[in-house]
Amino acid sequence: MYSRILMTTAFSLIMAHSAQAADKVPVKLPDFEPEQYVHTAPTLADLDADESIHPELRKVIKRGYDLFMNTQQLRGENVFNDMSCRNCHLGEGRKHWAAPIWPAATTLPDYRGKNWQVNSLEERIAGCFSYSMNGKPPAYGSDNMLALVAYHQWLARGAPVYEKNIAGRGFGKVADPAQTPDYQRGKKVFQENCAICHGADGQGQRVNGVVQFPPLWGDGAYNWGAGMARVDTAAAFIKHNMPLGQPGKLSDQEAWDVAYYINAQERPQDPRFEKSAAYTREKYLNFHRRTLYGTEVNGRVLGEHNNTGAKPFLKPEALRSRTFD
Amino acid sequence: MPQRNPFLGAVTAVALTAAAIPAAAADVERGRQAAQPCIACHQADGAGNAALGYPRLDLFAEDYIIQQLQHYKAGHRQNPLMQPFARNLNEQQMADIAAYYGAQQAAVPTPPATDAALLAQGEKLVHQGDWDRHIPACTSCHGPDNRGVGASFPALAGQHASYIESQLQAWRNGTRSHDPLNLMLAVAGRMTDSDIKAAAAYLAAQPAK
Repeated sequence: MYSRILMTTAFSLIMAHSAQAADKVPVKLPDFEPEQYVHTAPTLADLDADESIHPELRKVIKRGYDLFMNTQQLRGENVFNDMSCRNCHLGEGRKHWAAPIWPAATTLPDYRGKNWQVNSLEERIAGCFSYSMNGKPPAYGSDNMLALVAYHQWLARGAPVYEKNIAGRGFGKVADPAQTPDYQRGKKVFQENCAICHGADGQGQRVNGVVQFPPLWGDGAYNWGAGMARVDTAAAFIKHNMPLGQPGKLSDQEAWDVAYYINAQERPQDPRFEKSAAYTREKYLNFHRRTLYGTEVNGRVLGEHNNTGAKPFLKPEALRSRTFD
Repeated sequence: MPQRNPFLGAVTAVALTAAAIPAAAADVERGRQAAQPCIACHQADGAGNAALGYPRLDLFAEDYIIQQLQHYKAGHRQNPLMQPFARNLNEQQMADIAAYYGAQQAAVPTPPATDAALLAQGEKLVHQGDWDRHIPACTSCHGPDNRGVGASFPALAGQHASYIESQLQAWRNGTRSHDPLNLMLAVAGRMTDSDIKAAAAYLAAQPAK
């Protein structure tokens, strides 16, 4: 009942917004399925207004928010590229179709195909640090890890635990392209739609040393083990979030092409690397069948190098396997 | 009602900028001479005029000033006061004027904080945006302190509220529509009058360059 009321509210809100902006630049996002749980994550203003929250907890949640929005403050310690959490999880981690983070708090611990084991929320966050931020996660149980967990959990306020049929989760999906994604077409889409912020060379832009627009490949970008390295994941992120403020601007084909182009560039090594890119690809094929890693593009095999970017090691210890046998 | 101009892509922007490289390096002194017609409204130090809504120029990046003058000249950006001036400028003069104003530092007093609630609303929009309405934070593109990023994203901090407000209104109602990729058109189109007032008031109260 609760979710249905929320759902109706969210639907009408979305309709209202689309209508308001329709004459200028329409927002085109997928519809929610009728039976899905629609969550409206609380905002910082809600946090300030909630007197049931102990001041100390409020402080910890805000610390988590601050780390989430400016993860570069952990640069050299936990982050070894130019990324912050908010670069992929737009809208403070609350936004539908921008991989809202609160479902991690209501669905974990759960089994993850990525590492073939049950993962806790802390381990899920550690994955982001290890791959998307090419780094070394804050220690399990540490103050910063607690703060990030607290922010996730706060955003999940009111959401049913273990409900998995969640509206707007992840980045959504883009229908299979009519034509095989193409590097040259993707390059054109990139130059026309992305370069203004991310630079013609994809290296992003800085202002007085502060990352303004993140690089999309090279040492400052997510590594070969990051979810965004999967072409379909990047296509969905782009289709539903880019350019900023214009969800749905690109056609499905353009989203696929530009995602292919971006993910056909080099980036820091997959922390799970063993022996060769081809070997690693095969070992983690459940993941890498969606990336171009270990395959030949424009005459060279992607990921066949020992470059870990600014990170002085390959694999953080936090990435470890467990068994209950 | 101006037509939506064809100035849409970064490729076009690059081509325009490349074609516009002046023969000689930009010169502040030559710029001072060329800027004589500008001074009546924008002042010699680029302070502009808050009461009349004329923007401060000293805080804009030189590339941004050049680009805007080009857009006025080409008719992509429309303004009955600016267009006749811009039409008379060649590329060299544009570059010199930009260099001149880029070298200025106007003494503009920070507007008094009269309405705390309005400023708080503005601060939220400027730094957090309102993503439930698909409004990204101003800082997402205009820089961590809203002091501008490159030629495409002008400085906002310390700009006159009257100017920011009039431009957001212009983006919203379509009288200004020459932004690359419709980036600003999209955002302003979702802002209410109250959003616009609040963001403008907050930005005007921030320290400029």
